[in-house]
Amino acid sequence: MVKIFSKDNNDKKLKPDKDDKGFIKKLWHGLSKTRSGFTGRLDRLFLGKKKINQELLEELEEILFTSDIGVAACRELLESIMEKIARKELNNPEQLKNLLKEQILLFLKTPPVEHYYPKKGEPLVIMVIGVNGVGKTTTIGKAARLFKEGGKKVMLVAADTFRAAAVEQLVIWGQRVGADVVKQGTGADSSAVVFDAISAALSRKNDVVLIDTAGRLHTKTNLMEELAKIKRVAGSKLQGAPHEVWLVLDATTGQNAISQAELFNKVIGVTDIILTKLDGTAKGGIVIGISQQLGIPVKFIGIGEKIEDLHPFDAEEFVEAIFY
Amino acid sequence: MFENLTEKLDGVFKKITGRGKLSEANIRDALKEVRLALLEADVNYKVVKKLIEDIRLRAVGREVLQSLTPGQQLIKIVNEEMAGLMGDTGQGLDLAGKTPYSLMLVGLQGSGKTTTAAKLAVLLRKQGKRPYLVPADIYRPAAIDQLQKLGKQINIPVYPSNVDQKPEEICLEALANAGKESADVLIIDTAGRLHIDEDLMAELGRIKEKIDPAEILLVADAMTGQDAVNVSKYFDETLDISGVILSKMEGDARGGAALSIKAVTGKPIKFIGVGETVDALEPFYPERMASQILGMGDVLTLIEKAQSEFDQKDALALQKKLKKNEFNLDDFQKQLKQMKKLGPLEHILGLLPGMGQLKKLKKIKPDEKELVKIEAIINSMTKDEKRQYKIINGSRRRRIARGSGSSVQDVNRLIKNFTQTKKMMERFMKKGQLDLPSLFR
Repeated sequence: MVKIFSKDNNDKKLKPDKDDKGFIKKLWHGLSKTRSGFTGRLDRLFLGKKKINQELLEELEEILFTSDIGVAACRELLESIMEKIARKELNNPEQLKNLLKEQILLFLKTPPVEHYYPKKGEPLVIMVIGVNGVGKTTTIGKAARLFKEGGKKVMLVAADTFRAAAVEQLVIWGQRVGADVVKQGTGADSSAVVFDAISAALSRKNDVVLIDTAGRLHTKTNLMEELAKIKRVAGSKLQGAPHEVWLVLDATTGQNAISQAELFNKVIGVTDIILTKLDGTAKGGIVIGISQQLGIPVKFIGIGEKIEDLHPFDAEEFVEAIFY
Repeated sequence: MFENLTEKLDGVFKKITGRGKLSEANIRDALKEVRLALLEADVNYKVVKKLIEDIRLRAVGREVLQSLTPGQQLIKIVNEEMAGLMGDTGQGLDLAGKTPYSLMLVGLQGSGKTTTAAKLAVLLRKQGKRPYLVPADIYRPAAIDQLQKLGKQINIPVYPSNVDQKPEEICLEALANAGKESADVLIIDTAGRLHIDEDLMAELGRIKEKIDPAEILLVADAMTGQDAVNVSKYFDETLDISGVILSKMEGDARGGAALSIKAVTGKPIKFIGVGETVDALEPFYPERMASQILGMGDVLTLIEKAQSEFDQKDALALQKKLKKNEFNLDDFQKQLKQMKKLGPLEHILGLLPGMGQLKKLKKIKPDEKELVKIEAIINSMTKDEKRQYKIINGSRRRRIARGSGSSVQDVNRLIKNFTQTKKMMERFMKKGQLDLPSLFR
C-alpha cells in the first residue's frame, strides 16, 4: 500500500462560521480547498528557493498534474517554462511563479462563444447537459435562484424523463425557488416536453427557461442524437433557442472531462461550462485545458449543496486563489 | 488529442518490437511514454511514479534484454505490475455473520450509488438472496423517490423511508422490518457526501456502528481524476470500507482511478458498473482490466459471456450450416438475437483486441437502432423468404418494407449486406475461423 496523502489541516482555519452565509465568505469557503491544496504546496515549493533546478521543476510538475490540469496543458505550461529557462529569460523562482500565473490566466480567459440572444419579449432558453451525476439538476435549481434574484420570471423544464424521480427532484427545486416547472411523466418524449414548455413560456411571458436533460455518457451516440433533437425542436419552436447550452462538469472528473467537452461540443455545441463540486479536495484544474483547447469559457462554479452555492466564475480570482 | 491508453501503449510497444533488442535507453523512452499514458488515464501522479519505478527495476537488465521478443516481455511486465497493483482475482460480496446482512453503499454525490443499489439487488436475487432496498438519503430532493421507483421496476421491496427520519433511524427500522419482508440482505443507499464533510462522514460512522454491515462499499466514478486518492483515503479512514465498486465504466474513461484507489486503500475493487440498466454490473478482474488497458483486449470476458449466453446446440447447428454454406436469413435472425443477449454492441466491440484502433480508423459506431430495424425487417419475412432470400422480388420487398415500417431501400440494403456477409462467412470458414463482429460491419 502506498501511504502518500495526509489530511490537510489548513481547511479548518479557513472554514467560516456555519451560520454565516455571506457571499464572500461562502466563496472563500468553497475555494479554500483549491486554495490551501494548490497554494499551500506551491508556496511551500517556492519557499526559500533561489534557484530553478530540476528538483523544483519536478515538484512543480507534480503539483500541476495532481490538480488535474491535464497532460496537454501541463506539457504546454512546462515546455514554455523550459524554453524560457533555456533562453535565460527566467532565472528565479518568483519569476517562474508569476509566469505560471499569467499563462494559466491566459488559458482561462476565453472569449465568450458566439450565440443567439433572445429577441425582446422572448425568453432566454438555456439547455443544461452533461454526463450522469455531475449535478445538472442541482445547478439548475441554484441558477434559477440567481435569475429569480435578478427579478426574472423563471421556468424549469423537466426534460430528464429517463432517470427515476428526476422529474420529482426538479419539482422540489421549483418549489424552493418559486419557479414554474413544466413536466410530463417519466418515459415521456423529452423533445415534446421541451416544445410544449417553450410554447408555455412564450404565452406565460417567462424571462428564462432552464431545460434539465437526462445525464448521458458522451459516448452513447443515440442518446447524444436525442440531445441534438431536443435542441432542434427548441429551435423550431423559438428561433435561436436554446440560446445557451451549459455543459456541467464535475470537478472531481479527470482527463475524461476533455473527452466529454469535446463530444458534447461537437454534437450539440456548448456555450458555457459550469464546474461543480469545487468544495471538495478536487482542484478542477481540468477546465484550464478545456477552456484553452476548446475555447469554451467557464460561467459558474458550484461550491456546495446549498441553494446559494453557485457563483460566477472569475478567472482572475480562480488563478489568484490558486497562487494565493 | 485524446487517445486511449491502449492505443498509446500499442504505439509505444510497436516501436520497441520493431527494434529487436532493447537497450536501457529504449526502456527509458518506452517508460516515459507509459508514464504519460498512465497520467493521461488519470492514474494518480504518485502511484504512477511508484509503478514506473517498479517496472523499471524489473525491466532493466536481464529479463527484458535477454528475452526473444523484448516488446512482448515489457508488455508482460507492465501488465503484471498493473494487475498486481489492482489486487488479486475479483472477489464477490462477503456475506458472513448473522442475517439479515447489511450492505452499505457510500460515496461522493453523483457517483452512482442509487443505480448501483438496484443493480446489486438484482444480482443478489439471482444468487438466491432476498434483498431489501433501504433509501437513507434524506438530503437530495427525491432521492428516496428514485430508489422506490427503481425498486418497483425490478420488483424488490423498498423500506418506506421519509425525509423526516434520521438516516441511522431509517437503517435500524429497516433492519427490524427486514423479517416482515422476509429479506435477508439490506442494501443501504446512503446520501452522497464530500469526504471532507466531517458531520456527514460522522453520520456514516453512526450508521456503521448501529447496523454492523457485512460490507461497506465505496461507489466511485470511473472518470474520477487525481482526487480519487483523497476521496478513497478519507472514506477508508473513516469507515474502513470493505471494497469498491467502479461505476460508469461503459464510457471512454480510461479508469486509472482503479489503480489509484487500490494503491491507496488496499481494498479490493469488487464490481464494475457498465451501463444504466439494472443488470449492467460485472465482477472486477484485475488481470482483465490491466490487459484491457494494455490493448490486449478483454477476450476472456467475451468468451465467458459468449459461453453462458449462446445456446450451444444452436451454435453447433449454425456451424454445420456454415460449413455447408446453407446460412440463411433465419439463421441471421437467430444470430442477431444471440448478439443482443451479449449486451450493448459497443461494449462487445470494446472487449475485442485491436478494436480500439479499428473504431478510430473506421469510425464504427455500432447503432443499436439499426439492429432493431434489421430485426423488424427479417421478422416481416415469411419462412420461405428467410430460407431462400433469392425469392424476395420487388413486390415481396415492398410488402416486407410496409410490414416492418421501413423503406424498400432498407430492405434492399439488408439483403445486400446479408449476401455480402454470407460471402464473408464463407471466406472465414475457409480460413477456419469465425469472426463474429465482422458480420456487422
